[in-house]
Amino acid sequence: MKTLSRIALYTMLGVAALTFIYPFLWMASSTLKAPFEVGTLSLIPQHATLDNYRTMWARAPFGRALLNSTLVATTITAAVLVFGSMTAYAMARLNFRGRPVLNAITTVILLVPGQLTLIPLYTLIVQLGWIDTYAALIVPYLFNATAILLLRQFFLQIPQSLVDSARMDGMSEPRILFTIFWPLAKPALAIVAIFTFMGSWNEVLWPLLVVREQQLMTLPQLLTVFALGGGAGSLGVSLAAAMVLVVPVVIAYVFLQRHFIESMAGAGIKG
Amino acid sequence: MRAEERSGWLLAAPYATFLLAFALYPIAFALALVFLHWDLVTTPTFAGVDNVTLLAQDTRFWQAVANTFLFLAIHVPLQIIAALALAVALNRQLMFRAFWRATFFLPVVISGAVVSILWSSLYATDVGLINNLLVRVGVQPVPWLTDPLTAMPAIAAMVTWKNVGFYIIIYLAGLQYIPRSCKEAIEIEGASVWQRFRFLTLPLLLPQTILVVTLSTINGFQLFIEPYVMTGGGPLRRTYSIVLYLYTNAFSYQKMGYAATIGVALALMIGTVILIQRRVLGDGDAL
Repeated sequence: MKTLSRIALYTMLGVAALTFIYPFLWMASSTLKAPFEVGTLSLIPQHATLDNYRTMWARAPFGRALLNSTLVATTITAAVLVFGSMTAYAMARLNFRGRPVLNAITTVILLVPGQLTLIPLYTLIVQLGWIDTYAALIVPYLFNATAILLLRQFFLQIPQSLVDSARMDGMSEPRILFTIFWPLAKPALAIVAIFTFMGSWNEVLWPLLVVREQQLMTLPQLLTVFALGGGAGSLGVSLAAAMVLVVPVVIAYVFLQRHFIESMAGAGIKG
Repeated sequence: MRAEERSGWLLAAPYATFLLAFALYPIAFALALVFLHWDLVTTPTFAGVDNVTLLAQDTRFWQAVANTFLFLAIHVPLQIIAALALAVALNRQLMFRAFWRATFFLPVVISGAVVSILWSSLYATDVGLINNLLVRVGVQPVPWLTDPLTAMPAIAAMVTWKNVGFYIIIYLAGLQYIPRSCKEAIEIEGASVWQRFRFLTLPLLLPQTILVVTLSTINGFQLFIEPYVMTGGGPLRRTYSIVLYLYTNAFSYQKMGYAATIGVALALMIGTVILIQRRVLGDGDAL
C-alpha cells in the first residue's frame, strides 16, 4: 500500500513536471525544424536546420535588442543596488527629520497599482522628450520601493556597535555603508539583484509605450512586435527569436535556481 | 546629531527627488487627467466629467471589465487548487525535491511575451500540440483561441500554469509551520488522508490561501501581454482586458485623459475587490 501510493505520487509529479518542461523542449527543437515539421510532437527534428535563426537574425535587429536589454537591465540593477542601499541605510540607521515621512510614503507607494501611474508617467516621458531614448527605459526604474524596504529590513539587523565604532574611527556614512554593511548584506543584495534584473529583462508593457524605434527596442518588445507584425513569417522563426530571450535566463536559472526562487518568490510576497 | 541629520538628507535626497517626479507627481497627475482631454499634441483642455460619463456608458470598457472578471473567476480558484495540490505533494518525503520545485517554478522566470507566443502555438487549432494530442485519443480538435467561449478560459489556464510555481512556494512555506504533533494527533484519531487534509491542513493554510487570493487577483487585474500577443483582444473582443483597453486608448487613440480615467477606475476596482475578499476570508493576521 505504502509503495503503491509512492508510485502514484511520483507518477503524478512526473506527469505534472512533463507539462512544465515539454513545451520548452518542444520550443527549442521547433526552432531547428523545417516549417512543415513544426506541428509534430517529436522533439527530434528530422531535417535539422538553422534557417529559422538565420531568418530571424536577418529580418530584425535581435543582436541590438540583446544589447539594449542587457544594458537597460544591468544599469537598472546597479542603480537599484547602489541608490537603494543609500536610501535604505538612511532610513534604517540615520536619524533625520524626513525619515518617518519617507518610510510612510514608501510603504503606501507599494499599494498603488502600476496602471494608475502608467499614463501620467508616459505623458511625462513625452514632455521630457524622452520617447525613443534609453532614459525612458531606465530612469523610471532607478529606485524600487520593494528593494528599499527589503534592504532596510536587513540593515536594521546589523548591530549598532559596528556603526558606532566605525564612526569613532572617523568613517563617513557612505563608507560605513559600502565597506561594512555591503559585505554583511550580500544575501539581501543578491535577492534584490535577481528580482530587479529579471523584472527589467522581462518587462514589455512599458517599452511598448515609450519606444517605437526598432534599434532601441528591448528583447521582449522586439519579439512581440516581430511575432505580431508578421515579420517572422513562420512559427519557427518567432520561436527562434524567443530563444534569444530565454536561453540566457534558463542558463542562469539552472545554476542559481535556489536564489532565483528565493528572490522572485520573496519579492512578490513582500511587495 | 547635526552630522547625522545632514548625512541622512544627503543619502535620501536622490530618492526623495525620484519619489516626487516619478511617483507622487504621476499619482496627482493621474487624478488631474481624469478631468482633461489631451492628445499629447495640442494643449490639454478641461473636460469636466466627460471622461467619467463616457466611462460609465462605454460598452467596450464594461465588456473589458466583464472579461477581466471572467478571467479572475477561472484563474484565482484554479491557481489555488493547482498550487495547493502540488505543494502538498512536494511536502512529502521526496527524492529530487529541489528538481521538482525548480521545474514548477521555471515558467515564472520566463517572460510573459515568450510564454504567450509559445502557448499560441500549443493552442493552435490545426497544428497545435494540444489538439494533436486530443486527436490521438479520439477527441475533436478545439479552436481554443478562436472560439469566443474558450479563448478567455484558455488564457486563464495558461496564466495559471505560468504562475503556479510562485504560489507553490507560498504554500510550502505555510506547510512547514504545521506542527508534527498536530499531524500525529489526528492520525491517532484515525483520520483518513482526505480528512487530515480537509480538517487540519486546509484550515491551517488559510493565511497562505488569503495571500494567494490577493496576489493572483492583483496580478489578474493587470492582464495585458497574454491577450495582446495571443488574440489581440478577440475573438469578438472576448479577451479584451482592462489594461489592454487602457493601452489601446493611450497608444492607438491618443486619448490620455480617458486612458488615465480607466487607470484610476482599475485601481479603485482592485482596491474594492481586495477589501471585499478580505472581509469574506478574514485578513489572515497570522501573516
